[in-house]
Amino acid sequence: MRYFNAHRKGLIALALVTIGFYAFYFISPIKATSMLESSWRFAIPLVLAAMVGVIGERSGVVNIGIEGQMLTAAFAGFFGAALTGSLLVGAVAGVIAGIVMGAFLAWTTVKWQLDQIIAGVVLNIVAAGVTSFYYKQGYTLPALMPKFEVPILSQIPLIGPVFFNRGVFALAALVLVFVIQYMLFSTRWGLRTRAIGEYPNAADTSGIDVIKMRLINVTLAGGLAGMAGAYLSMEAAGTFERGFTAGRGFLALAIMIFGAWYPNRVMAAALFFGFASATASQLQIDKVVDIPQQFINMLPFVMTLIVLSVAAGRVRPPAAAGTPFVKGSA
Amino acid sequence: MTQPLLEVRGVSKAFGKVQANKDLSIHVNPGEIVALLGENGAGKSTLVKQIFGLINPDDGEIIVKGDSTPIKDPSDAISRGIGMVHQHFQLVPVMTVAENIILGNEPRKGLKLDIDGAREMVRRISDQYGLEVDPDAEIEDLPVGTQQRVEILKALSRSVDLLILDEPTAVLTPQETDELLDVMKSLAANGTSIVFITHKLREVLAVADRVYVLRDGELAGEVLARETDQAGLALLMVGREVVLRVDKGEPHVGEEVLKVEDLVVLDDRRLKAVNGMNVSVRTGEIVGVAGVEGNGQREFVEAIAGMRPVVSGRITLSQTDDITTAQPHHVHAAGVGHIPEDREKHGLVAGYSIADNLVLNRFDEPEFSARGIRNFAARDENAEVLVEKFDIRTASIGSSAASLSGGNKQKVVVARELSAEPKLLLAAQPTRGVDVGSIEFIHNQIVAARDAGAGVLLVSAELDEILSLADRIVVMHAGHVVAEMPAKDADRQLIGRLMAGGN
Repeated sequence: MRYFNAHRKGLIALALVTIGFYAFYFISPIKATSMLESSWRFAIPLVLAAMVGVIGERSGVVNIGIEGQMLTAAFAGFFGAALTGSLLVGAVAGVIAGIVMGAFLAWTTVKWQLDQIIAGVVLNIVAAGVTSFYYKQGYTLPALMPKFEVPILSQIPLIGPVFFNRGVFALAALVLVFVIQYMLFSTRWGLRTRAIGEYPNAADTSGIDVIKMRLINVTLAGGLAGMAGAYLSMEAAGTFERGFTAGRGFLALAIMIFGAWYPNRVMAAALFFGFASATASQLQIDKVVDIPQQFINMLPFVMTLIVLSVAAGRVRPPAAAGTPFVKGSA
Repeated sequence: MTQPLLEVRGVSKAFGKVQANKDLSIHVNPGEIVALLGENGAGKSTLVKQIFGLINPDDGEIIVKGDSTPIKDPSDAISRGIGMVHQHFQLVPVMTVAENIILGNEPRKGLKLDIDGAREMVRRISDQYGLEVDPDAEIEDLPVGTQQRVEILKALSRSVDLLILDEPTAVLTPQETDELLDVMKSLAANGTSIVFITHKLREVLAVADRVYVLRDGELAGEVLARETDQAGLALLMVGREVVLRVDKGEPHVGEEVLKVEDLVVLDDRRLKAVNGMNVSVRTGEIVGVAGVEGNGQREFVEAIAGMRPVVSGRITLSQTDDITTAQPHHVHAAGVGHIPEDREKHGLVAGYSIADNLVLNRFDEPEFSARGIRNFAARDENAEVLVEKFDIRTASIGSSAASLSGGNKQKVVVARELSAEPKLLLAAQPTRGVDVGSIEFIHNQIVAARDAGAGVLLVSAELDEILSLADRIVVMHAGHVVAEMPAKDADRQLIGRLMAGGN
């Protein structure tokens, strides 16, 4: 019954965050909205990227190449759209770039059993190299990704404008958290995915094709990294530069651990990081403190260190994460 | 004559240079219990893995119900009515019983997993076969006996005609073993054929109809269980007579070498596993600790060895040396040898060579190193001597420990611990999962250590082992000693009752 409790923890965390913001909202509606707004804006790419890690590790594959997947996707999305003048082409290119990078990781680690950490590092180096080499200045997007107002939901005070008046990728992030949570714990795919990440031999002897399933999961999870990257360049910033993702892929791994490999807890964790970052900015804007901007930008990474040192010993990763599956080795 | 349910014809399988199966042919009739008997490394597991499609034969045919299409993988085997209970349980520890049983064959309602239906199904088959389990319990919280029940239920849930059990009793307590044997009999009575692997002769004679004996990958014999006895089977297994009783003289008991007083130790769940334990061991005697597994024996031994902290109480070596809080290294230096219960985890480093494993706790002693530089010549000489003396069957002393069979791995551990000539030997389950030939050898070595003046504390879940080796027997239940008796007055029935907590 432990995982029901773990489910509930995620929902409770999300509920607490929401209640906290509503309490804040009654005191100062404008400030609360802007704080939640910047928290979630910070969290969106992290949520998507952390779920790449969740699906990978739940299937038994450690993915430290998320940063590279995102970077490639941000690049492909931006230049895809800038060169063709079509946002749709850019968006598709971004997602496909993520999937291609995912496939690279999947085939090297699952099929050919390369060390997963090395493969991830390779992914990051390749992504940094390729996107820098082909980077050209002077291109612009035809427009930012359009926002959609979700009927009814976007009318809810506070959370309406923040969560439900967004571009495609941000809306997708919100929906996918709950979809993937449901899929992991209530569907056949989820049961099998968790089995191949915990004890692949058991899945194998139950007649499940571990290799095939890992290949598919890791490859398709790359699409989420693609969305995260495309979100950054096409929906949030509207630009692309060298090293554009700025370590968010690694931050996402910390959030994945903080969220204990549960999508809904990952979302709460990402919001928590976002909130801390937003608070620091807000304090500075209000002239409560005078800290150089660089230190504020550092905050998420400092928090990562603190969170990981506190959380690391308490949460348990999927047992087989990091270990290649060799058939008949039991 | 009826058509056999399973027919294996001329199957061969090689792993690299090792020929694991050579031209093996067996058959299994409907409703029959067939035992595959053999020493470690005889090729039993390889054979059944091929029947279950985990590995594919190099040569030969496996015919199921007259169908000779090759079995390509486990799902193929399952769909043809073959189920397997693996030696290392194939269960996901963090999932529930129901989730494990349905894995690979999940009932669904639309897109959703039908977990209520699964629970229902588990209850139904568990009632049907009289194998009681809680569908919502998590595997890692269950004792091994229950985990095995889940494995069996998982196999049965796929409607099997042939159930393969790979060393099903290796991890079971005597009571659990008896229960399992009953279950096997009732399954066979209902028409399920069973193939089971074991190297325990008593079990073969208790349940099997027919026995295939394997030796070095070849069929060494086929006998009807009712036409043979333990000695006959042992002869077929090892190709020579085996002494099933240990030959030992009267003990020459000396001074007290170990005194344990009011010991309290916690288990991994932080519950009191050892609770007020008092034991004394003298030089020149073997003290056997009998008990149902899980009554604190493991924690008791680990506490003496320095692997587990002591909550209260005292452990004294040779009357003066207080080792209650000593680290394993110091305990070793104080003259204690330890054959740990889990040799893979605590006894050996699988990736190290046999030579290194043989000096694992002594590599830094003057004999094997000088000024922080290891003396490889001394290490290798030591290894050559011990490999010879302890009959460790290996290609070379440079081979990794992982390359050895279970029995030979255990001989490496025993050789290392005895070569240090300990004052006190802690032997925990020294022959678990070890073949008959090696058991005999290890038993003789333990007796030899005793005769050389060591005190031996023997912990074993095999009552037979305790009865044949020990000079004095203490029965452990719920973390403390409930009875103590000289081995020659010991009565099997009485000890069994005491182990179960009766009096």
